[in-house]
Amino acid sequence: MMNNSEFILAIVFQLTQLLLVVLAAPLLTGWVNQCQAWLQNRSGAGMLQPYRVLHKLFHKDAVIAHNASWLFRITPYIVFGCMWLAAAIIPIIAVDLPFSGVADVIALVGVFALARMFIALAAMDIGTSFGTLGARREMLVSFLAEPALLMVLFTASMISHSTQLPRIVEALAHHQFALYPSLAFAALAFVIVLLAENARIPVDNPSTHLELTMIHEAMILEYSARHLALIEWASSLKLFAYISIGIALFLPHGIAEVGNWAGLPLAIVLLLLKLLAAGAGLAVLEVVTAKMRIFRAPEFLGTAFLLAVLGLLIHFLLGT
Amino acid sequence: MTGMLPLQGIGAAITLWIALGLMGLLFRHSAKLVAHLLFPVGALASLVLAVIGLWSLDASPQMVVLPLGLPDLPLHLRLDSLSSFFLILLGGASFGVSLFGSGYFRHMESKTLGLLCLEYHLFLTGMTLVLLADDAYMFMVAWETMALSSYFLVTTDHHVPDIRKAGFLYLLIAHVGAIAILLGFGVMQGGHGIGAYTFDAMREAHLSPFWASAAFLLALFGFGAKAGALPLHVWLPEAHPAAPSPVSALMSGVMLKTAIYGILRVTFDLLHTQIWWWGVLTLALGLMTAIFGVMFAAVQGDMKRLLAYSSIENIGLLLVGIGLTIIFHVYGKGALAALSLTATLYHSLNHAMFKSLLFIGTGSILHATGQRNMGRLGGLIHQMPWTSVLMLVGVLAIAGVPPLNGFVSEWLLLQAFLLSPGLPDSYVNMLVPVAAAAIALAAALAAYVMVKFYGVIFLGQRREQVLEHAHDAGHWERAGMAWLALTCVALGLAPVFVVQHIDYVSHLLIGTQLGNAAADWMFLAPVDTERASYSPLYFLLAVSGVMLLIVLLVRHLYHGRLRRGPAWDCGFPAQNARMQDTAEGFGQPIRRIFEPFFKIESEMPTPFDTHPKYHGRSDDRLWFMLYLPISRLTERLSGWASLLQHGRIHLYLTYTFVTLVILLIFV
Repeated sequence: MMNNSEFILAIVFQLTQLLLVVLAAPLLTGWVNQCQAWLQNRSGAGMLQPYRVLHKLFHKDAVIAHNASWLFRITPYIVFGCMWLAAAIIPIIAVDLPFSGVADVIALVGVFALARMFIALAAMDIGTSFGTLGARREMLVSFLAEPALLMVLFTASMISHSTQLPRIVEALAHHQFALYPSLAFAALAFVIVLLAENARIPVDNPSTHLELTMIHEAMILEYSARHLALIEWASSLKLFAYISIGIALFLPHGIAEVGNWAGLPLAIVLLLLKLLAAGAGLAVLEVVTAKMRIFRAPEFLGTAFLLAVLGLLIHFLLGT
Repeated sequence: MTGMLPLQGIGAAITLWIALGLMGLLFRHSAKLVAHLLFPVGALASLVLAVIGLWSLDASPQMVVLPLGLPDLPLHLRLDSLSSFFLILLGGASFGVSLFGSGYFRHMESKTLGLLCLEYHLFLTGMTLVLLADDAYMFMVAWETMALSSYFLVTTDHHVPDIRKAGFLYLLIAHVGAIAILLGFGVMQGGHGIGAYTFDAMREAHLSPFWASAAFLLALFGFGAKAGALPLHVWLPEAHPAAPSPVSALMSGVMLKTAIYGILRVTFDLLHTQIWWWGVLTLALGLMTAIFGVMFAAVQGDMKRLLAYSSIENIGLLLVGIGLTIIFHVYGKGALAALSLTATLYHSLNHAMFKSLLFIGTGSILHATGQRNMGRLGGLIHQMPWTSVLMLVGVLAIAGVPPLNGFVSEWLLLQAFLLSPGLPDSYVNMLVPVAAAAIALAAALAAYVMVKFYGVIFLGQRREQVLEHAHDAGHWERAGMAWLALTCVALGLAPVFVVQHIDYVSHLLIGTQLGNAAADWMFLAPVDTERASYSPLYFLLAVSGVMLLIVLLVRHLYHGRLRRGPAWDCGFPAQNARMQDTAEGFGQPIRRIFEPFFKIESEMPTPFDTHPKYHGRSDDRLWFMLYLPISRLTERLSGWASLLQHGRIHLYLTYTFVTLVILLIFV
């Protein structure tokens, strides 16, 4: 057990991470967009563009449809709250996070599910053709992506004998040079899930309003001003959270372990590098692939699900 | 004799129920009196039962021999932790349903209502006695009381031919199941003669593995028929829509759980030994049932059928839990067996609450709109604010999202899977990850189904003009729904308290328990905090804290101006209610992905039709592959048997004569 002063320090640390993720998340989105622009030979709007968009949206008057209900109005706040909490409990710099005990990896998947249900319901609230279309497609994508994510997390939990994220990270970071075949499958599945759940190409396209292709954008079509700002911010937080999970599971090396405050500066620098690399990698993936037809998406996600289950089976077979 | 007090209390509650039923019959000229007096009093009796259950959960078993029954066959009752737990479930759920019934049945024709009041309370009595029975005779009497009274409740609107048909199907399968249970008791008696019909005698009878397996299989079949396990599930989607909503709520929420109770009682209490393949069989059956149920729920257009299929899914999850418990118990993994048993019992309780809530909610919708078809509903969140909020709680709970109760039991079940490596049998070991994947898939699909259910009914534009005049649920109906919604929230926020109480049942059934389930009353940590923990209360506090903070910040830093205008919809000018997804449209992707499992029949209009009409049906292949052949065979056999029948007395006399002669030759 940690003593009192350490506990206070951990609380301080947790609050710092809470603030850090919420402020840094749009930056990551901006970085991904900027990388994409470079890859497409455009100059791009700059990494700070998401902040400008948020600022602009917050200033506008919110316009909602005549028949919007209370559910439509509270959804942005719920989604934002869920995503913030999710991003805040993933250990990325150090493993001492007092909040982490609130929700383990299974609960983390549950938090994502809660946010998704609300946003899908809000999309159906106005009763437009695009809204319900978006909700239907989102649930279609997620019913395969969610179990795949769960299986990925299971594989990691099996290796580390815990579903607590800090414990998983600790266990995986310790085995510096051990190679887990099961984790390789899990990593592949995780990348697919990340693309699907964050509305990226090839499943969805975040930068289009073309009716035949949109999923996430179709759901939030009726939102404006502060509601839209919160949802966009929540999407950034979600991307941040997913990339954090990926780093925590597959690249945890260099993280500051319990009580190792001296390792903190190095951990922060390493994290920054990992985030930059992950963002650039995501941009490359998006630029080199094409959007697929919506009915190919279940096959794509089914592949992720099978890969994740294979990873788990391999863990059972090899015992590592 | 303070030890007898709980059983006396239960006796009083049951007597009250029967008296209320008879009074209902007596006062059948006044619907108001029956609805507003008898049902609330009956609800109070339910609450008393729940309190007694909670109180006697940790007490030692109490037995009583009633001076009733056949000569030399007295009735035995017994109240132990397992019975107490299911009494809490029954009392808690039926309290809300009876309160709701006071409002719901108000407009019923008074004559029907008098009879319904009797059947309803007899149904409750039957279920209570099933939980208390301590001999095979008492159990079967109670089981049949439950089956028959619920049959009459299902066929309340007996002038509708479809409802009579649904009732018949239910009765048929209920009795096929009952025969199997009776035979199972016969096997468990172990050939000890007539005196060995008590459960105590069965606990003493040490059966050989073969006979124990026979008894288990018979029980699984019999109770599975009642629970709706594959392939005996066909009555659920027929009977639930046919029955009045509070009755569907009780049948789905409570009656299905009596079957789970039966399986637990027989497997872990009456049979002294278990065999590993029972667990594998139950697990596989549960997985198939769960996936099948949720898949079919996704394509339903009738809201009560959808909920019925969702019940099948949940029964599947419960069977998975039981299967895991058997496997772990056989292999001597005490803590794991306790964990999966806890998950099973927790989920039973949860399902009783949220499924009752959803079913009575559909009752309010039915009253307000007269529609069961989701394709004709929509936008009810504006007309029915109370119902929509309370139903949202039920929907989120059943979809298994934190911080509500459905998530807790799902979490516990997944933890049981995660802790499972290290079973000695490698094949069983390989089954575990596959099963975990299937469970995760079923849970994710359940969210799909629930978004569809809530979204199509309550959200969007009204699909019919008449919905404008829909009215919200009355006070009694609201009270019933509010009670069930509150229990869902409470069960979700205080898991440590619930798990600690389930420990008494685990101790009774498998001799182990989770013990210190909590490092701290806020954190649920079934094994230890290093391994896994979850704190719904902190989660709720954190999310609502963040929400409040954001609302205040946005208001303070920017402004809270809000205008209303027409919907944007990408600037598409013509928008009408028919452009939204119907229930069928929303389920279409699932139908397409899982196409081989459905028997799909659809008529598509051509682009040139001036009055385009679409018609689609997704049927259960099992009905055509299993039930219709059986029914054809039965009909053919009875056709042959009817050759003997002519209705002429001299022919029958000849048969008698020939039979006698043949017998004389042999004897």
